Amino acid sequence: MTSIAPPPPTAPPVGVATPVLELDQVRKVYAGTPPVEPVRGVTLTVTQGELVAVVGPSGSGKTTLLHLMAALDRPTSGVVRVAGQTIGALSDRRVSGLRAHRLGVVFQQFFLIENLSALDNVATGLLYRGLPGAERRRLARQALERVGLGHRLGHRPTALSGGERQRVAIARALVGHPQVVLADEPTGNLDSAASADLVALLQALNRQGVTLVVVTHDHGVAAAMARQVELRDGQVVRDSGGGHP
Amino acid sequence: MSDHGLAPPSRLRPADLLPVGTVGLRARPVRAGLSALGVAIGIAAIVAVLGITRSSQADLLAQIDLLGTNLLTVVNGRSMEGQEAELPTQAGGMLGRVSGVQHVAPTAQLEGVNLYRTDKVPSFQSGALAVRACDPALLATLDGRVRSGTFLNPATSRYPATVLGHQAARTLGIATLDQPTRVWLGGRWFAVVGILDPFPLAPELDRSALVGFPVARRLLGYAGHPSRIYVRTDVDQTTAVSGLLARTADPQRPEQVQASRPSDALTARVAAKSASTSLFLGLGAVALLVGGIGIANVMVIGVLERRSEIGLRRALGAARGHVAAQFLVESLLLATLGGVAGVAAGTAITAGVASRQQWTVLIPAVAVWGGLAAALAIGAVAGLYPAMRAARQAPTDALRSV
Repeated sequence: MTSIAPPPPTAPPVGVATPVLELDQVRKVYAGTPPVEPVRGVTLTVTQGELVAVVGPSGSGKTTLLHLMAALDRPTSGVVRVAGQTIGALSDRRVSGLRAHRLGVVFQQFFLIENLSALDNVATGLLYRGLPGAERRRLARQALERVGLGHRLGHRPTALSGGERQRVAIARALVGHPQVVLADEPTGNLDSAASADLVALLQALNRQGVTLVVVTHDHGVAAAMARQVELRDGQVVRDSGGGHP
Repeated sequence: MSDHGLAPPSRLRPADLLPVGTVGLRARPVRAGLSALGVAIGIAAIVAVLGITRSSQADLLAQIDLLGTNLLTVVNGRSMEGQEAELPTQAGGMLGRVSGVQHVAPTAQLEGVNLYRTDKVPSFQSGALAVRACDPALLATLDGRVRSGTFLNPATSRYPATVLGHQAARTLGIATLDQPTRVWLGGRWFAVVGILDPFPLAPELDRSALVGFPVARRLLGYAGHPSRIYVRTDVDQTTAVSGLLARTADPQRPEQVQASRPSDALTARVAAKSASTSLFLGLGAVALLVGGIGIANVMVIGVLERRSEIGLRRALGAARGHVAAQFLVESLLLATLGGVAGVAAGTAITAGVASRQQWTVLIPAVAVWGGLAAALAIGAVAGLYPAMRAARQAPTDALRSV
């Protein structure tokens, strides 16, 4: 790891246990014959400042759960509350606003836009907040410096290593100082050295006050997180933290 | 229960719409160029057709204006041999007395009188040239110009001297009158004293050699009957005079006399030209339609290929409307690109053709604005379905599909 910038002024005071993600008896059923039910009654609360791993084998419902927490999908039943707002009751514009202002998401495949520079990719994280372009780029530069990529601002994703690309994606998730950052298998496309670097970065960011939920099948990665929630067949089978870090 | 406050709805600044709409185009510039090409070809065809038509029409109309629409001709039909039939001897004088008539110039096609370059040319090679007797007033009546030499005057009208029409001089191979030039006319030598510029309103004179009435009567058997009379009227009296000409020229047999207005033939050519353009406009419209389908096709493929980008944007906070707007803007940009290129190409083609023909370049404004508006409309229609499809895509499906 290279230098980490000091925490932003919006970082929450340590010790205040404000819930940022609340799931209550959440079920997700996809219609079909037979219907598929990847999430079967999950109750989970993540409070501000936590570093949570949701761990489970493939097919355990991790990704669906992440999509529900990221307000990309609505539960079939139960309640999902993000930063105090219940997403089931919100319009598309409002849910999109919640994603733009309160949530940051990191994907296994990075999903960087190939013909934009690292800086512009990160600035895209603020595009749907309606901020002016200069302000977006200023914050994007800060976010890239925060993940140690201050020297790679103008590089296209194709000119970056896998680990660097994932750090650009993390900067994009962090750039708007969201209440919670959700990461879906962030180490899935990285070699072991880059994975170790990334885990160290996530830990460092958490120490600066970033609330992180990491979905992974890798128990090694999960063990590096403060709290592990184990998922199997769409249900929580073990939770080491219970919402009080 | 929490102090986060309500999150504002997501928002995309209008200023950001354009750069966002060009992300796909910048990623695949060749594809963008090719798909814009179809629209460009269609618009170029339409603009060029309208521009060339308008430029050539303007040229014709300017020509007609220059020649004047107040020239009338009076003929008495044609004889069995194809010669112009005779009019009464006094016809010219009578016509001159009609009110509203400015000039009258009678001419007579001389039957059986042929014209050759020399006396060695076999008699059957007459070159379809005619010999006409005329009055020195003819030039003023037709507002014609002498290219070289002089026109007939009362003196030269009495002697074996001739003035050649433009086409007649070319057929005989006489370009200039630097040397004294003679032609073999009606079995004797005539001196060529002048060559005329073309008469667009009296093309029959272009293929004629003109001689004076006195010499025609003395040497070429002219009996005093004119066969074609040119009448220049006051501009606002042309129609009224036209109705009187037949009765005045030949009061005995007015039904055989035809009075016509040569400029009408040119005006008809203008109308004929605009009729033929509708075919080309139709072809341009088909090209435009095919171009639009091309854009729609490329956009649909783009939406399928960029599923993950759509999912990412939704995850970053884009509402459905923002995604739809992005793809619609992209389609509009593609079509506008094609439209601008098409207008430029059409203008260049028109300018090229017009400068070759020495016309004034005239591009109708409606072709330019209409072309751009058509391109925008095509872009909107072509982009609507792909944009809606992109907006409807569930973000979770888009993010899973890798």
